[in-house]
Amino acid sequence: MPWTRDQIAARAAKELRDGFYVNLGIGIPTLVSNYVPETMDVTLQSENGMMGVGPFPLENEVDPDIINAGKQTVTEVKGTSYFSSADSFAMIRGGHIDLSILGAMEVSENGDLANWMVPGKMVKGMGGAMDLVAGVRRVVVVMEHVSKDGASKLLARCSLPLTGQRVVDMVITELGVFSVDKKGAGGVTLVELADGVTVDEVKAKTKAKLTIGAKIAA
Amino acid sequence: MANKVYKDAKSALDGLLRDGITVLAGGFGLCGIPERLIAAIRESGVKNLTCVSNNAGVDGFGLGLLLETKQIAKMVSSYVGENKLFAQQYLSGELQLEFNPQGTLAERIRAGGAGIPAFFTKTGVGTLVSEGKEIREFHGERYVMERGIVGDLAIVKAWKGDTAGNLIYRKSARNFNPMMATAAKITVAEVEHLVPAGTLDPDHIHTPGIFVKRIIDGSPHEKRIEQRTIRKA
Repeated sequence: MPWTRDQIAARAAKELRDGFYVNLGIGIPTLVSNYVPETMDVTLQSENGMMGVGPFPLENEVDPDIINAGKQTVTEVKGTSYFSSADSFAMIRGGHIDLSILGAMEVSENGDLANWMVPGKMVKGMGGAMDLVAGVRRVVVVMEHVSKDGASKLLARCSLPLTGQRVVDMVITELGVFSVDKKGAGGVTLVELADGVTVDEVKAKTKAKLTIGAKIAA
Repeated sequence: MANKVYKDAKSALDGLLRDGITVLAGGFGLCGIPERLIAAIRESGVKNLTCVSNNAGVDGFGLGLLLETKQIAKMVSSYVGENKLFAQQYLSGELQLEFNPQGTLAERIRAGGAGIPAFFTKTGVGTLVSEGKEIREFHGERYVMERGIVGDLAIVKAWKGDTAGNLIYRKSARNFNPMMATAAKITVAEVEHLVPAGTLDPDHIHTPGIFVKRIIDGSPHEKRIEQRTIRKA
């Protein structure tokens, strides 16, 4: 069976390391916070201006002044701090955030990312995504492998307006885990296969230059 | 001593509103927005505004109120996804829109307030955002030049303020307010608690009063919540 959204999030959580400061995007990325190992010290940043984001509040804890970047009510943890959005993006752009986990509409084989705009259809905006991919040390994309109409989202080239060029380090989909050669021309490498998914299925649903990792080929 | 305290939002904006001005409006989503001042701008009927604000409110609240009355001609924002009226007016060509990456927007405002006309950032290089802008290489990487923003008027919201104009924000309601307070010809603040100068701990001031020319006690604030997410006990 291909991975569920929660299984994708759980796999993405394995990219966390003790002591990391991490920014999670909206959607599947938000679910990653449910899978942080209890023994691990991971601090979540929210780009509107909060470091140390806790879980959703209980009914009687709701505070309109404590929200995350998705405008959802959240809570503080021990050691939470608040700052302006300018300071927040100094952390992001300045390379102080260790890892960003984001959603995507398309990723290309050289690590280009498109996730903010569909011309003529969707007018939402990029929010902090362009700053995150430009400044955060490591960028992991979690997404469904194909779009609702069945088209591959892992492509030779993105067709949608870009969020960043050569910015994605890793892609995790329901089919498996892919490393991306964002510096060179090596394309994407399948490094892990979801249970019950075949290499042929991955090949059929991927339109990027694809290498099958040594562990899987063996 | 100059009096900065005004009795309400309408009087605090007296003489400041003209058609076509650029207004910087603090807040992120509906968090930390100057509710009273937005309402007073709507009441004034001033038109053709350029609004610099991370978002455009929602239908019926925040800057969404000024979209309803078509008082905004142009928005400079990073994300407007929560607003149907916005999408409608934009797609029909009634409303101009300039998308800025959120960090670029924050830094443009910070720079404008600090007297810095432009700066270089990696954000947006190779995307639509960098088209037509100067690109320069530093340390082997490409950067795009972005310009500082200075508005005619900034409207900001703080938690506590004093009669000298010093401001303290509360939690994530700080967001864009501190930079905006520095980046306009005149800044009007609305606060939840207005206290006499000397009451606030000088070490805890976020925005020094030099940046704030007019201040009102805007309480009680509605502080509407956009996404009320809770967990079960």
